[in-house]
Amino acid sequence: MQTKRMTFRSRWLPFLLIAPQLAITLIFFIWPAAQAIRQSFLREDPFGLSTRFVGLDNYTRLLDSPEYLESFRVTVIFSISTAALSMGLALLLAVAVDRVIRGNRIYTTLTIWPYAVAPAVAGVLWWFMFNPTIGILTYALKVMGIDWNDRLDGTHAMILVVIAASWKQISYNFLFFLAGLQSIPQSLREAAAIDGAGPVKRFFTVVFPLLSPTTFFLLVVNITYTMFDTFAVVDATTAGGPNRATNILVFKVYQDGFIGLNLGSSAAQSVILMGIVMLLTFVQFRWIERRVQY
Amino acid sequence: MKRILIAGLLASAATSAYAQTEVTWWHAMGGELGAKLEEIVEGYNASQDQYHVTPVYKGSYTDTMTSAIAAFRAGEQPDVVQVFEVGTGTMMAAEGAIYPVYKLMEDHGADFDPAAFLPAVVGYYTDTNGNMLSMPFNSSTPILYYNKDAFAAAGLDPETAPTTWEDVEAYSRKIMETGAAECGFTTGWVSWVQLENFSAWHNLEIGTNENGFGSMDSELTVNGAQQVRHWDNLATWQKDGLFKYGGPGGGADAAPAFYAGECAMYMNSSASRAGVVANTDFDLGIGMLPYYDDVEGAPQNSIIGGATLWVLEGQSDAEYDGVADFFSYLSSAEVQADWHQFSGYLPITEAAYELGQEQGYYEANPGTDVAIKQITLNAPTPNSKGLRFGNYVQTRAVIDEEFQALLAGDKTAQEALDAVVERGNALIKDFVDANG
Repeated sequence: MQTKRMTFRSRWLPFLLIAPQLAITLIFFIWPAAQAIRQSFLREDPFGLSTRFVGLDNYTRLLDSPEYLESFRVTVIFSISTAALSMGLALLLAVAVDRVIRGNRIYTTLTIWPYAVAPAVAGVLWWFMFNPTIGILTYALKVMGIDWNDRLDGTHAMILVVIAASWKQISYNFLFFLAGLQSIPQSLREAAAIDGAGPVKRFFTVVFPLLSPTTFFLLVVNITYTMFDTFAVVDATTAGGPNRATNILVFKVYQDGFIGLNLGSSAAQSVILMGIVMLLTFVQFRWIERRVQY
Repeated sequence: MKRILIAGLLASAATSAYAQTEVTWWHAMGGELGAKLEEIVEGYNASQDQYHVTPVYKGSYTDTMTSAIAAFRAGEQPDVVQVFEVGTGTMMAAEGAIYPVYKLMEDHGADFDPAAFLPAVVGYYTDTNGNMLSMPFNSSTPILYYNKDAFAAAGLDPETAPTTWEDVEAYSRKIMETGAAECGFTTGWVSWVQLENFSAWHNLEIGTNENGFGSMDSELTVNGAQQVRHWDNLATWQKDGLFKYGGPGGGADAAPAFYAGECAMYMNSSASRAGVVANTDFDLGIGMLPYYDDVEGAPQNSIIGGATLWVLEGQSDAEYDGVADFFSYLSSAEVQADWHQFSGYLPITEAAYELGQEQGYYEANPGTDVAIKQITLNAPTPNSKGLRFGNYVQTRAVIDEEFQALLAGDKTAQEALDAVVERGNALIKDFVDANG
């Protein structure tokens, strides 16, 4: 790869040009992250009247707490289900739209609509439809013989948050998959077709491998999404319940910090969460990216 | 020259007329209650011209309390904040952040007599020396609402509310068998109604050291035989469909189930009355909470919920003068009687209750005095005076979680309540540790 070399006349100019970016990173990322790390070593009363250094106490308490470990398990199930469901469905829709010749713009527009809906609104929407007392889907399920109650049944609640969180993300994934599909040269598929490969074989041997950069990118984005961005969805649908069945890590940070006013523990949880996402991103780029063909 | 002088005089007169001291009050009263609260504040602002009180709606009780704490940390706190009863432990422990009301009233020479307040209300908010730390404003207690039409349809006497849990069970069965309603009863605030008030009503201890009043370092004892029996019954009744779970916290699904006629009985705060009346078109009956008649000492008295007003430190003397003056206005019999009759909250002073009686309010509106009769049924015992534990906001969440585990069949009543005690005690320890 060749890089263009720029020569600056002044030695300070390059620093000046990069300064706004550096300032933003410092103010909005490094500084809050440093604050979180600092706070995770402290124990404070809610009003901040007495602060004490407790070392790693907040961390050891977390790792000793069965609730926290349970929250881990819940997060893994939630993240994998949401990423799989939203990426799978999005790919299905994208392939379908890609094959449509007439009116595919309309389908595209309709499919990306949910992305414009705020997460909290999306959550409330699904909460309404599945509400055990007044939900329309609950009623439909009852007719089919399923007694839906996400207020008491942990599995039902998990299905609800996965659906609500995926519904929004499908639009985003769809858009990228569609763009990816449309950039695959038609000649490759035609050549495979001439060689006698059926549509399914063509998809798995030709199209899908060529989509791997898109899929990889979406995997990174989706995991980050489920880890951080799903807070509003969980808050609006189940609020982490019933009995912590949907209490994902990011929601627990909020609950312990903002509701419980236990800032030290909440900060320690944020730091752990930050570490997990860094680790995941690292693993993804280090190991999975090798299998990606650009 | 003369004209300028007059203009100058006018200007200074104008500024002095506008030199009102601003007092900010953060509250959690939405909807009808919020509108009424603003009306009360407007009444105060119009009654004098020295102070101007501005009420600010901050969302739920939890939101209001946490935003006031965050504001305090940032040095932008309001003068007055409304905090719900379970936040009392946290506020009390925050010495240096709160200005105790008894002291405020003393320092600023306001007209104030703690003895005028109802003992059941004021006992909750006084320290061990009997000093009032916060200003009672909206206190409530849970009562039983029932659908008289459904009772009549089921062949029950619509004028008789169930008095024991045995009645509740038998009536529910009859209601369901006759098809008068789909379910017997539901409840809001499981932790408050079916555990805390249940215990007080049966004169059972909730925690050591007089339910936490005696010392910050107390332990929960809610896993006693009677509480286990009651939760066990609730789980069985839920399985049979007699009882319908209304959700965690306040129980968002409980009210609609009662309003729609799905459940014939409904236990919730006396302050739900305005909402119940506005949303139902059947004949409404009101009764006291049910009890188990084989428990000695039952019924005792119920305990309060709702909120009080806390004054935060760090404001000017002039503002505190305003707060003290406003509090005198707020606790006057006229204002309190009006607020109580409108909302269903308890009258917080004897004078307000007496005023209601003089006005003939309770005769004209049967059932509206059930709450006050229930809370003053007997002189409070150490078990029924209330509760005060640190981190109790989180403990309430724990109670909800364990109740859900019970109803889902994952735990027995004993296991669920043992878990409440164990997890609640850990939270109390954390609190002592952070504040000690």
